[in-house]
Amino acid sequence: MYTRDPIFWRAGAVSSLTVMVAILIALTVNTIGVISTGGANVPPYTVINQAIGYVDDDSQHEYVPTIGGSDPLFGHVYDEHQAEALIREGKLVIQSRACLDCHSVFGTGAYFAPDLTKAWLDPVWRQMWEPMTQTHTRADAMVAFLMEPDKYPTWTREMPNLHLSRDEAKAVVAYLKWTSSINTNGFPYGFQADPDTPKGKQAALR
Amino acid sequence: MTRVPSLYSSQSLALRYFTLSVALFGVMIVFGLIAATKYIHPGFLAQPLPFSMAKIMHIDVLVLWLLTAFMGSLFWLLPSEFKRDLVGMRAANVVFWLFCITIAAVAATFLFVQYGPGTDKTLWLVNQGRKYVEEPRWAAIVVAIGIAVFVYNIVGTAIAVKRITGVTWVIILNLIPLFGLYMLAFPAMTNMAVDQYWWWWLVHFWVEATWEVLIGSIVALVLMRVMNTSRNVVETWLYIEVALVLATGVLGIGHHYFWMGAPKYWLGIGGFFSALEPLPLLGMVIHAVYDAGEHKMTNQPAFYWTMLEAFGNFIGAGVWGFMITLPQINLFAHGTQWTASHGHLAFWGAYGCGVIAVIYLAVQEAGGYAQIGGRAWKWAFGLLNVGMYGMGGSLLIAGMAQAFYERAIGGSTFNAFVAAQQTPWFVEGIWMRWVFGLLFAAGYAILASNLIAISRRSRVAAAAPATLAVEGAGTR
Repeated sequence: MYTRDPIFWRAGAVSSLTVMVAILIALTVNTIGVISTGGANVPPYTVINQAIGYVDDDSQHEYVPTIGGSDPLFGHVYDEHQAEALIREGKLVIQSRACLDCHSVFGTGAYFAPDLTKAWLDPVWRQMWEPMTQTHTRADAMVAFLMEPDKYPTWTREMPNLHLSRDEAKAVVAYLKWTSSINTNGFPYGFQADPDTPKGKQAALR
Repeated sequence: MTRVPSLYSSQSLALRYFTLSVALFGVMIVFGLIAATKYIHPGFLAQPLPFSMAKIMHIDVLVLWLLTAFMGSLFWLLPSEFKRDLVGMRAANVVFWLFCITIAAVAATFLFVQYGPGTDKTLWLVNQGRKYVEEPRWAAIVVAIGIAVFVYNIVGTAIAVKRITGVTWVIILNLIPLFGLYMLAFPAMTNMAVDQYWWWWLVHFWVEATWEVLIGSIVALVLMRVMNTSRNVVETWLYIEVALVLATGVLGIGHHYFWMGAPKYWLGIGGFFSALEPLPLLGMVIHAVYDAGEHKMTNQPAFYWTMLEAFGNFIGAGVWGFMITLPQINLFAHGTQWTASHGHLAFWGAYGCGVIAVIYLAVQEAGGYAQIGGRAWKWAFGLLNVGMYGMGGSLLIAGMAQAFYERAIGGSTFNAFVAAQQTPWFVEGIWMRWVFGLLFAAGYAILASNLIAISRRSRVAAAAPATLAVEGAGTR
C-alpha cells in the first residue's frame, strides 16, 4: 500500500520544489533583464520625448508598440534624469490615489474603469476630451481631465476628483505615455490606437 | 450532556482569532455588496466612499479574514500535534490586540482619509495603492511583526518538544516563505513591469502556493480529528499534494506574466504549468472522497465544509482557473469580470470553506460536544454556496460579454469598455451577482448566528457542566 511509506512522497515533494525553484530563479534573472527600463521590451523613460504607436504586425501576428520620431511631451524634451524623476512622481501619484483599485495596468488591478496600458493612445482623448476641455493636444486634455474629472463626466460612472495638482497630473500623463510604449505581447488585443498619432519613422519594438 | 474541556492558552487565543475572523468575513461581505451596488447605481455612496475604497476594503479584508482564520486554525490544532501548549503565548496575545488596533486604524484611514499627495509619506501613512497590499507601510510592518511572532510560536514549540510530525514539518517549512514573501508588500518600484513581476511573487506564491500548502496541512489535521483518518494516509496525501502544488504552481506563476512586458517564453511555460495546477486539487478531492468512505464523522458541518473545500478548490481554483489560464483565451479574458468570477470561486473553494470547517471543529471541541449538527448550519451552507456559485456564474456571464464585446471585437479602447459594460449580458450579469450576493449575505448571517449560538451554549455548559443538556448540539 502506497501510504505505508510517506517518506517516499516527501522526497518527491522536496525534489519537485528544488527543481522548479532553480528553473524559476534562472528565468527570473533573464526576465528582469528584459523588463528593466531600457531592456528589450521596456523602453527607457526618455521615450516620452518620442511618438508612440501601436500596430498590427503581420510578421508576429500580434499588436506591437512602435517608437517614432520626436514628439515632445508638453512641448518639452526631458533628459534622462528629468524623465526618470517625472515618471517616478507619476508612479507615486498612481499609488497614492489607488488608481489601480478602479483601473488596471497590464490588465492587473480593478475592473470598474478601463485598462490604462495603452490609455495614452486612446482616440477618445482627441474625439471627446479635447473639445470638452477646450484644449488642443491629447496631453493637455488628459491633464485637464485628471485635475477635475467631475467637471467632464462621460457616462454613468464618473471618476471622482482626487485633487491632483497640475504637476501630479502631468506626471501621470508621462507615466501613461511611457507605459504605452512597453511591448506587452499583444495585450490589449486589437487596440484601435488614435490614427492621428504622429508616427514619424516607426520602429517596431520587439 | 456536555463536558467542557480545559483549553490550552493557544486554543483560547484561537477562539479569539476565530471571532475576529468571522467578524471580518462579515465586513468583507458588506463592502462587497457596496461595490456590487456601485456597478448598478454608480452614484450609490459615491461622495463619502469612492468605488476604489469599497474595493480595497473588500479585498484587503478578504486577505485578513482568511489569514486570521489560518492563524486561529494552527493555534487550535497544533497543541495536539506537539502534545503541549505553544511557546511565546504572551507575545502572541499582544500581537492579536495589535492586529485588532491596526485593522481598525487602517479601516478608518481608508474610509475617512482615503488618499494623499503623490509622496512616499502617503505610502507610509495612508495608502500604498498596490492591490491586496494597500495598507500603509506602518501597518504592513505590524503585520510582518505579527507573522514573525506567529512563526516563532510554532518553530519555537517544535524546537522545545524536539518531536516534529510530518504535517508540522510541512507547516514550518511553509511558514518561512510565507513570511519572507510578505517583504514584497513594501517596495514602490517606478517601473510597473518590474513592480508587478515581484508583486506577483507575493500574490501568487501566497495564494497559489504557501496558502494551498497551509490549507492542505490544516485539512490533514482536521481529517484526523473529524474522521479519525490514519496519520500515514493524510501525510502521504499531503506530500503528494505539496509535490504537485509546487511542481505546477512555481512555474505556474508564468500565467501572470503574459502581458506585462515579460519575454514570450512565459506564454508557453505559464500556460503549460498553470494548466496542470488543477491536478493537486483533483488529488485533494480524491483524498477527501477516499477518506470519507472509510470513517465515521462526529461533526457534520466540519465534514461537509471540508468536503466542499476539496471540491470547491478543484472547481473554483482548478476548473475556473484553467478556463482562463491558456494565453490564447487569457488575452481576451484577463482583467475582465471573468477574472473576478475565478477569483471569487477560487478564494471561496480553496480557503473559505476550509477555515469554516476548522471553526466548526473548534466550537465543537471547545464545547466538549460528542457530536455537532442541527439545521441552522445546513441553511448557512446552502445559502452561502448558492450565493457564491451564483455570483461566480453571474460574473462569468458579464466577463464573457466583456471579453467578446470589449476585447475581441471592440478594440479594447475606452469606448469599447463602456459599450461592453452596457450590453444586456453584462448588465444582467452584474444584477444577478448583486442578488446572489444578498443570498450569500443571508447565509453569512445564519452561519455567524449558528456559531455564536453553539459558543454560548458551551459557555452556559461550562458554568454548570454536570446538569445542562445542550439541545441540538450533541444528538444529531
